[in-house]
Amino acid sequence: MDFILALIRSGWETLLDYLSLHVLTCLIPALFIAGAISVFVSQASVLKYFGPRANKWVAYGVGAVSGTILAVCSCTVLPLFSGIYVAGAGLGPAIAFLYSGPAINVLAITYSARLLGWDIGLARVVGAVFFSVIIGLIMAYIFRREEKARNDGRFDTLSEAEKGKPWWQEVIFFAILVGILLAASSAQWIILAVLFAALIIVLWRWFTLDEFKLWMKETWRFLLLIVPWLLIGVFIAGILKAVIPPSTVAGLVGGNTILGNLVASLFGALMYFATLTEVPIVKAFLDMGMGKGPALALLLAGPALSLPSMLALGKIMGWKKTLTYVTLVVIMATITGYIFGLIDQ
Amino acid sequence: MEIKVLGPGCAKCQSLEKTVKDVVASLKLDIKVEEIKDMKQIMQYPILMTPGLVINGKVVMSGKVPTRADVERHIMSALKAEETTG
Repeated sequence: MDFILALIRSGWETLLDYLSLHVLTCLIPALFIAGAISVFVSQASVLKYFGPRANKWVAYGVGAVSGTILAVCSCTVLPLFSGIYVAGAGLGPAIAFLYSGPAINVLAITYSARLLGWDIGLARVVGAVFFSVIIGLIMAYIFRREEKARNDGRFDTLSEAEKGKPWWQEVIFFAILVGILLAASSAQWIILAVLFAALIIVLWRWFTLDEFKLWMKETWRFLLLIVPWLLIGVFIAGILKAVIPPSTVAGLVGGNTILGNLVASLFGALMYFATLTEVPIVKAFLDMGMGKGPALALLLAGPALSLPSMLALGKIMGWKKTLTYVTLVVIMATITGYIFGLIDQ
Repeated sequence: MEIKVLGPGCAKCQSLEKTVKDVVASLKLDIKVEEIKDMKQIMQYPILMTPGLVINGKVVMSGKVPTRADVERHIMSALKAEETTG
């Protein structure tokens, strides 16, 4: 009984710790940005670079970076992936998108950088983008004979961008939002107040009330979608801290060995991390002595793969491709983690 | 005629659903607008981005909230197609 109480207490304390101001000041602005991206950025205009007639090289590049705009919520990743694979630019770019998406959406970037440090946050973005292209290219090469995209017209029903705001208004709007995020997370309250005033002016002059309502609705939806998972993840991270002896963690994934990186990325590949929960869990492992290299390996393999997502992928593209993809992800995450561990001593 | 709105509950999806229901009501049509919220079911349709509008089993538009006029046009042309085929 005492043991269970101790578990719950550890989970609870970690929860309180993470709910502190410095986490909230970064997550809340990031949620508003995610909502704004989903409502105001014309995703159709990005998607046309994935179409059946798209230039392959452009499609790879867009696949590697467009997660920022398209993967705001992990629930959109699989439909987009299967669309690009089945009817669009084909396997390689679809894989690039699938791999980098979970790592480079705005919430994942800010949250990992905030909680785990800027070095890991940045390495996660760079590693995900770079290796997504490599994994995509390898997959496309291995299965080059099976490449046969069929055009089932799903790219044609995409509505062209509605005549939105002039691009510079959107740029200013998003620049202010990002500024608010940075100012809030570095506690620059005066700058924050100025930016808030600017935001109000921008909203008042350039946005309709309906647009504003849509934005708030979407932000609220993300909050409901993400925060419960996050709290559960944080709680579990706290329990892990109480259950697993730090010496085990340090022994398995401490320092920066190839084996340690492999263990971390295998663990990440099999575990299921709901939206963003990988971050507090990695944080717990770091506190218990996990090396930074293995931490990055876990972050890269974790959200990209899980048993449920493997099952879904198997149905979409078949088991041979899925297994190849899983193997590649584990290998690449291991290598990336190892290199990062070497650089970031 | 059957109309389906595909969307897992995003703000745009809700807004599409409302637009479609408004149009159906204002045209005084007796059509039930069905919402498909289950991601597995949504993925049965050739669709990239939600929200999606499906009329008689065909995705007519996806990825944004269309204007009322757009929705009206899609419904009218589907009605016409139904008349000519039978």
